Amino acid sequence: MNETIGAFVSLAGSLFFLLSAIGLLRMPDAFNRMQAGTKATTLGSILFLLGVGIMKPDWLGRMIILIVFIVLTNPVSSNALARAAHAHRKRIGARLEPDALAAADEGKEAGHAG
Amino acid sequence: MRTVKQRILSFLGLWGVWLLLTAPWNSEEAAAGAVVALLVAALPFSAASPLGDLRLGPRALATLVAYFFVFAKALVLSNLDVAFRVLHPRLPIAPGIVKVKTRLKTPLGRLLLANSITLTPGTITVEMRGEDIYVHWIKVADSDPEGATAAIVGGFEKYLEVICG
Amino acid sequence: MADTVFAAASGLAVLGLLLSAVRFARGPWAIDRTVALDVMTIIATSLIVAFAVFSGRRIYVDVGMVYGLVGFAGVVAVARYLEGGL
Repeated sequence: MNETIGAFVSLAGSLFFLLSAIGLLRMPDAFNRMQAGTKATTLGSILFLLGVGIMKPDWLGRMIILIVFIVLTNPVSSNALARAAHAHRKRIGARLEPDALAAADEGKEAGHAG
Repeated sequence: MRTVKQRILSFLGLWGVWLLLTAPWNSEEAAAGAVVALLVAALPFSAASPLGDLRLGPRALATLVAYFFVFAKALVLSNLDVAFRVLHPRLPIAPGIVKVKTRLKTPLGRLLLANSITLTPGTITVEMRGEDIYVHWIKVADSDPEGATAAIVGGFEKYLEVICG
Repeated sequence: MADTVFAAASGLAVLGLLLSAVRFARGPWAIDRTVALDVMTIIATSLIVAFAVFSGRRIYVDVGMVYGLVGFAGVVAVARYLEGGL
């Protein structure tokens, strides 16, 4: 019984993996791809690993460590990628309306010049 | 120098990871892990541990549990939101970067806030400068900093303020 | 029943991995490839755990944990490099 429940939880997780891949293909620029990629893979791997933990109760501890690790690190890597994408926003053709961060950068440079 | 509270928290963190790694448990392994975790926690590091920002009162612990459920709900909602936008035939997005402000002061509180923003519906943290956080929003509803702050940060900040100021 | 459903789940995860690989191949910019690599790393971590279930050996779970650590460090390193100069 446990095995069946766990397998279905894993199936729900893998649907989110598929969703994130579709998002990667359909979204128009790197920022929006990150939106789909980060969020959907986080919940997807939580559900997939939880499903394995339910199927094999002996492994639940390791699954919890992996889940905590992924929940902590996935937003961090997407943050690093977002900063890199913003540094090259013109070249990758990202549509950002408004762009408060670019406005803050220009304000600082103008302040230095004046 | 680390305070006693920071050392206790790092001991509990290290031992907790050890116990999860060695499950199913036996008493010898658990005791060996406790000894090593105690030794590591007692090492004379000078840098402050970010875990030391956690508050340990009953109110803070209750808020921590409540925050867990708020976060889980936001995570599920954000995934349904992503599913809607990705599968919608016309891709309903209007992306932009907005500025929001936070009242949190401690490094741990800001880390948790930035991670929570990234995992909630339609937003990704791009940059943090002082008390300003710059957030990529997949469909900008309010470009005014105060309105955006209320919409993005408001739900988490009141919990995180109690947990780790 | 459970085996079939879990095999289907792993199959869907492999499909997700392949679709992300399409984005990795098409780019067009290094940032897009790195985003795809990030997604592929996470899916691959879960697939290593799925392999541990199929083979019934717990040691592969540890392999998955180490792969997750290394993959995270790799993505962050590439992202920081791209921030400096593309």
